[in-house]
Amino acid sequence: MKDMSYNAVMGRRAEIIKSAVGMDYSRFESGSIAFDYEGMMKATGLDINEVRRIQESFAIGHTPLIELKNITALARKMAPKGKGARIFIKDEACNPSGSFKARRAATSIYTAREMGYKGAIAATSGNYGAAVASICAMAGLKCIIVQECYDSKYIGQPEIIEKARKCEAFGAEVVQLSVGPELFYETLRMLEDTGYFNASLYTPYGIIGVETLGYEIAEQFRARFGKDPDAVVCTNAGGGNLTGTARGLRKAGCSAKVIAASVNLSGLHMASDTQFNKKSFTTGHTGFGVPFSTWPDRSDVPRSAARPLRYMDRYVTVAQGEVFYMTEMLASLEGLERGPAGDTSLAAAFSVAQEMDEDQCIVVQETEYTGAGKHVNPQLAFARKNGIDIHFGDPAEEVPGKSIILPAHPSLIKARDFNIEHMRHSLIKNAVASVDHAPTEEDIRFLAEEVQRDAAYVKAVLAGLKK
Amino acid sequence: MAKKGDWVLTHNIILTPQQRAPQVPEDTHGVPLEMWVKGHLTADAEIGDEVEIITRTGRHVRGKLLEVNPRYTHDYGEFVPELLEIGDTVRGILFGGDDK
Repeated sequence: MKDMSYNAVMGRRAEIIKSAVGMDYSRFESGSIAFDYEGMMKATGLDINEVRRIQESFAIGHTPLIELKNITALARKMAPKGKGARIFIKDEACNPSGSFKARRAATSIYTAREMGYKGAIAATSGNYGAAVASICAMAGLKCIIVQECYDSKYIGQPEIIEKARKCEAFGAEVVQLSVGPELFYETLRMLEDTGYFNASLYTPYGIIGVETLGYEIAEQFRARFGKDPDAVVCTNAGGGNLTGTARGLRKAGCSAKVIAASVNLSGLHMASDTQFNKKSFTTGHTGFGVPFSTWPDRSDVPRSAARPLRYMDRYVTVAQGEVFYMTEMLASLEGLERGPAGDTSLAAAFSVAQEMDEDQCIVVQETEYTGAGKHVNPQLAFARKNGIDIHFGDPAEEVPGKSIILPAHPSLIKARDFNIEHMRHSLIKNAVASVDHAPTEEDIRFLAEEVQRDAAYVKAVLAGLKK
Repeated sequence: MAKKGDWVLTHNIILTPQQRAPQVPEDTHGVPLEMWVKGHLTADAEIGDEVEIITRTGRHVRGKLLEVNPRYTHDYGEFVPELLEIGDTVRGILFGGDDK
């Protein structure tokens, strides 16, 4: 009988993952820090047209691009004269499972079926679970979604409980766990037991599925306005949303700047049982966004296809109170009930638009469905019940885990720049620490690509690390 | 009493506090890793019994019987009046109106 202890199962991690994703990652490795990222993406054998064909077969994509005229008008009232870019939103909630994650799941599950897997497993508490379950329903595959859902008092985040319901509606089995990173251990156990496909968020199949989102934005914009948008804002957590969208924009030759936006949850520990229900966002926050940007390979596959620092031009954070406020504003001024988590990038765009000229355009690249539990009212009510102080004031003073400060006036909504230079340094530092020798020339070239800088930049950072 | 074939919720301890991953923070290390799974009962049982279920994917899972026909309890929560104020504020700024 196999040893099922934590250490034994984690020790079998490499072989379990290899047979569960049908991809041998070792062939992209250099034996050092560097690996062949583009080679890994190409190994999917799917180009953008093929991905679109697959997604169309699941009724995914071609979502509306909506101009938020009233929100733009409001932003202009706060902005200096001549400022206030037009704000657009890509209504990804129109996908079958209610979010852009349908794109990410489609290519994964399509591939799993082609490879002959009978089912798929995904470890996720977010919209991705519903997406995998929805596509598995269409593809005739069995599906298990593993969620981190409850604290040790059996109190669950309402947003996550709603996503469990949605997965079950699509016929999936939902396994719910208490707080902790051993979610991965339990997932490995089930992968080994069932022989199902690991529909990880971070395989190349998942990320190339998101490329169509960026590609569509460029196409839709050009068809309507004969030009590219000036900026695209992506809510950033594990990095796949931004990576895929930016790759799609690049494939379309689109010149838009790519801005990452996360909810600021600094100070909260993501694996803490007692802090689990003190946060009001379970994704799209800095607790994932920062560590996954500065060390992408912390994911559940040997090499993550989501590498956001390669693509982001700017990283901003917003407060929880600002995102809830924007979610209510979206309903009140545009008649759209969406989010809240997906509205992180909308809150950022509302502020960034005020720095841009009136004739410029900024795109919020996603919305997500809303429902019982997963809505601004239950999420705020849950926070209040957990002792979080909710009041109007200046969101800059919000303390994650203690307060949610709704802006007393919309002019107080401010995207705050996160130090991207610091993140580049962190990534290089983490990469160097992952090997026991000095970086090779190939490593330096690779790291330069990882942080969108040149070899001289990487060498200067390395020299600084030695001091 | 729950009947064979009933749709039920079960509970399990996956890792005791001692078996937990070394990197978990102190508070999490003090509690077990728990799991909740739903499935069809393979034999009649009482609430609290150790039972076996067959899940929607056909897996056989053992656990303590918690609930028969488990219901979803999430909803829209206690009303949050601040949300009305947000709507009034942004509409007032944009469209004007009653003293706003």
